[in-house]
Amino acid sequence: MMTAETNMNMPLATDLSGPVINIKGLYKSFGKTNEILKGVDLTVNKGENLVVLGKSGSGKSVTIKCLVGLVPADKGEIKVFDTDIATLNNDELNAIRVRIGFLFQNSALYDSMTVRQNLAFPLKRHVKKLSSKEVEETILEALESVGLAEAIDKMPSELSGGMRKRIGLARTLILKPEIMLYDEPTTGLDTITSREISELILAIQKKNKTTSIIISHDMACAKLTGDRLVILKDGVIVAEGSYDALEKSEDKWVRSFFN
Amino acid sequence: MNLSINLKNIFTDAGNVTLFTARFFKEVIKPPFEIREFLRQCYYIGYKSLPLVGITGFIMGMVLTLQTRPTLAEFGAESWLPGMVALSLIREIAPVITALICAGKIASGIGAELGSMKVTEQIDAMEVSAINPYKYLVVTRILATTLMVPVLVVFADGIGILGGYVSINIHSDVNLFRYFSQVLASLDFIDIIPATIKTFFFGFFIGMIGCYKGFNAANGTESVGKAANSAVVAASLTIFIIDMLAVQITDLFF
Repeated sequence: MMTAETNMNMPLATDLSGPVINIKGLYKSFGKTNEILKGVDLTVNKGENLVVLGKSGSGKSVTIKCLVGLVPADKGEIKVFDTDIATLNNDELNAIRVRIGFLFQNSALYDSMTVRQNLAFPLKRHVKKLSSKEVEETILEALESVGLAEAIDKMPSELSGGMRKRIGLARTLILKPEIMLYDEPTTGLDTITSREISELILAIQKKNKTTSIIISHDMACAKLTGDRLVILKDGVIVAEGSYDALEKSEDKWVRSFFN
Repeated sequence: MNLSINLKNIFTDAGNVTLFTARFFKEVIKPPFEIREFLRQCYYIGYKSLPLVGITGFIMGMVLTLQTRPTLAEFGAESWLPGMVALSLIREIAPVITALICAGKIASGIGAELGSMKVTEQIDAMEVSAINPYKYLVVTRILATTLMVPVLVVFADGIGILGGYVSINIHSDVNLFRYFSQVLASLDFIDIIPATIKTFFFGFFIGMIGCYKGFNAANGTESVGKAANSAVVAASLTIFIIDMLAVQITDLFF
């Protein structure tokens, strides 16, 4: 078995103020034989951008889906804002979910709604007592923050992949989440757009002081956005550290991500 | 071995459908109420189906009259034609045919729409943004089909009877007022009320099955087609079963 990297104690780029996400011994399998997570331990500190690397099927997406209660964990403890999410009822879980933003791999924009309606959808349901003018202003502000104010009346089918990602990001940011979970934010995008999305992730971290988990295969994105990187292999975390440290890892398999 | 797996799947599915239906009754009374989405669904399910249901109803009325006429003529009972057509349409043909058309148009539409939303993670996106997708997507659609299918059936009844009038006029000249007085004279509340009550059940199950199949679509685009297809098959079969039960119950009590 591969050993974990030893550079876990090295200083990180952000100022840490304690863990916001704490996962201990997380197990998840689909069916009797398909064991995806085999004891994941993960801590994310406040204000930190954590990048999770790993081959397809290594359990990266399942981990963050367990984190928001989309997929129930088989075993293990998931604490978000110091609350064990397995002990929460639906209303309590929803109260936590409002504080978490989730950017899906394919953006998951609501096809039957315009961009404006997509953004208004969570806003109207969670921020009560907003006048129509305030809703409109908040939507415009969110769209401007991703540089796409002109797309407000477009349907999702009229948008390119990069634009969809940005609108998805704007919809997620409209509730000003404290935690952001990015599921492969740059997959399927060209190099320039990928870089723009990565810069946007960094800007969001700086502006909103969000804590983020970024799942990615894109090493350029990982290098730019990640304060700390972890690598998942066969359902367990096998390496952890900064980009530079992992790039120089003694382990050939870990290094192969950086070539 | 295969039989036991199949049986297990059938019972698991039956259990899941029951839980899915029970959840509807739990969620439908809980605020917030998605009025705007409900009205939007009523517009798409009800108003947008009017032309299809209207044309089908008209043809049903015409064909039924044309086909029945020779038999009644043999007994010299052509004057019974308006009453017979109206009774057949209202009690059986219009509700069942309209419901089957709705199963094809609405259940498949809902199955495909929710199925594609499931596959493209739109339902998950709703869930993680703390919005109850069942309430927004399922409750509104089931309520809309439950209320709109009876309206469509009443519309089909009216158009069908009108089709009957056109058909009678091909062979003989009958006054519209006289035709409708004959129709109304042959109808009783006992013909209309049980037939209308069953259409609410048709509507409920069309919506419920469409939503269940779409909401539980597996991952992958192939499952969207499967969800739409199985929604039509299951809804059509359910319509016949409900119809059989409704007719038996009506026969027992009235």
